Amino acid sequence: MSEAPKFKVTIDNITIEVPAGTTILNAARMIGGDVTPPAMCYYSKLKESGGKCRTCLVEVSKGSEKDPRPMPKLVASCRTTVMDGMEVKNITSDKVIDARKGIVEMLLINHPLDCPVCDQAGECDLQDLSYDHGTEGTRYEFARRTFEKEDIGPYIQLHMTRCILCYRCVNTAQELTNRREHGILERGDHSEISTLLGKALDNEFIGNVIDVCPVGALTDKTFRFKNRVWFTKPVDAHRDCPTCSGKTRLWMRGDEVYRVTARKDQWGEVEEWICNECRFEKKETKDWVIEGPSKVSRTSVISQGHYVNTEKAHVLIDKVIGKQPQLLMDIHAISDVNRPEIKLSEIEGPAHSDDFKGSV
Amino acid sequence: MEKLTDRSVAVNRSPMTFVERMYLPAIAKGLTITLSHIFKKKATINYPEQKRPFSPVFRGLHVLNRDEEGRERCTACGLCALACPAEAITMEAAERKAGEENLYREEKYAAKYEINMLRCIFCGYCEEACPKDAVYLSETVMPANYDRKGFIYKKEDLLIPHPKKQESK
Repeated sequence: MSEAPKFKVTIDNITIEVPAGTTILNAARMIGGDVTPPAMCYYSKLKESGGKCRTCLVEVSKGSEKDPRPMPKLVASCRTTVMDGMEVKNITSDKVIDARKGIVEMLLINHPLDCPVCDQAGECDLQDLSYDHGTEGTRYEFARRTFEKEDIGPYIQLHMTRCILCYRCVNTAQELTNRREHGILERGDHSEISTLLGKALDNEFIGNVIDVCPVGALTDKTFRFKNRVWFTKPVDAHRDCPTCSGKTRLWMRGDEVYRVTARKDQWGEVEEWICNECRFEKKETKDWVIEGPSKVSRTSVISQGHYVNTEKAHVLIDKVIGKQPQLLMDIHAISDVNRPEIKLSEIEGPAHSDDFKGSV
Repeated sequence: MEKLTDRSVAVNRSPMTFVERMYLPAIAKGLTITLSHIFKKKATINYPEQKRPFSPVFRGLHVLNRDEEGRERCTACGLCALACPAEAITMEAAERKAGEENLYREEKYAAKYEINMLRCIFCGYCEEACPKDAVYLSETVMPANYDRKGFIYKKEDLLIPHPKKQESK
């Protein structure tokens, strides 16, 4: 069998050779950097994903070497495969930038913008997208769609109002589990993620829908409101897990494990799926072998306060005055926050007012 | 050596003249300046009977705001703590239970909220960062205290009075 033919494709004046059948988005990801179109629904690990959100629209200014006519409309780069000699414009095209602005506005039409409450804030794809490509305000004046709250089990919190209908979680359940128990009901403006007849999602790999969700529609109930993402420290860790690879990322604060997620690559995609036991049940440091702090992009809010390769300065005051300096106030004796008797990471689900009753 | 600026002046080291050596004219000149200040406007005021007007951008003690119905506005989003350059703000969040809707505006609220006034530098970044209009720097000067304990302001110390309960008083 001969090797797959290579196609030459030019994206934003950068030429690259890719195997035939590669999508424009993946070709752009091979180049990397700014020319990569953003993707809200496409997930390279999920076969059926893509084509829903339209944020990855690009302009094809030359169809191929044989048929150099430009494509009449902007095309979704996650679903369009490259042709030999194709020329694609992403950030060099005003049409694309304008269209993307419109798409962001459309995605945000029904989004409640409750980022201060949302647990996804800080690692939210929609936040990044609207920051990079969106406009400052909205022109939408009408009521946003609302839904009745649905409980989908003890581990996963569903916030349907935040959903952008990317279908990633549906595809995840379809491809990872034997029997998919949730899907999109209704149609058009009424479409919603739901389990028919209020079932609970309990497959042992269903926790991965939390990681694939680009917004805060599906979040971890065991981490709910416990802390903000950027105040916890991501640490790579692993454990011997009989069901999954056990390679995870712990989100720690001191010695407490607040949250366990899968490791994500540079495109915000999960590297290896993890099981529910690793994700929800193992919230103690002794369950894990810690490998070291995860790499966080310097531009991410999560990198705030997480310093790498620092050297601690020598404290010389005790040598100068010949004794330990007197501690005038121990903040932990007065402060109400971080009380040792309240272990937030051990509370099941979000904390409530009675969880704090015992303390002063 | 090359001059660093063109404003430097060489010190006059010539011997003093007879008038200068008498000193009396210089003393008289100095006393006139001192006496003339008696008739000028005083630079000080009698605080606390008199108070100077605050600048409209004065940043004093923090308050935690309530909405018109007296519900706490803070949702413990942590943006004030993130913006704080002195790391003075800490908080712990909790979920609102059924029946607590009259206490807290949103589904999530700050169960604990604390500002360490010993660390605070009154830069006002917390006020700028707040997406919920919850934290404001008032026009009150931070009161002094006898010990350090008194500078740890908890949520109860920061919250403004309940608008409805105050009316009924």
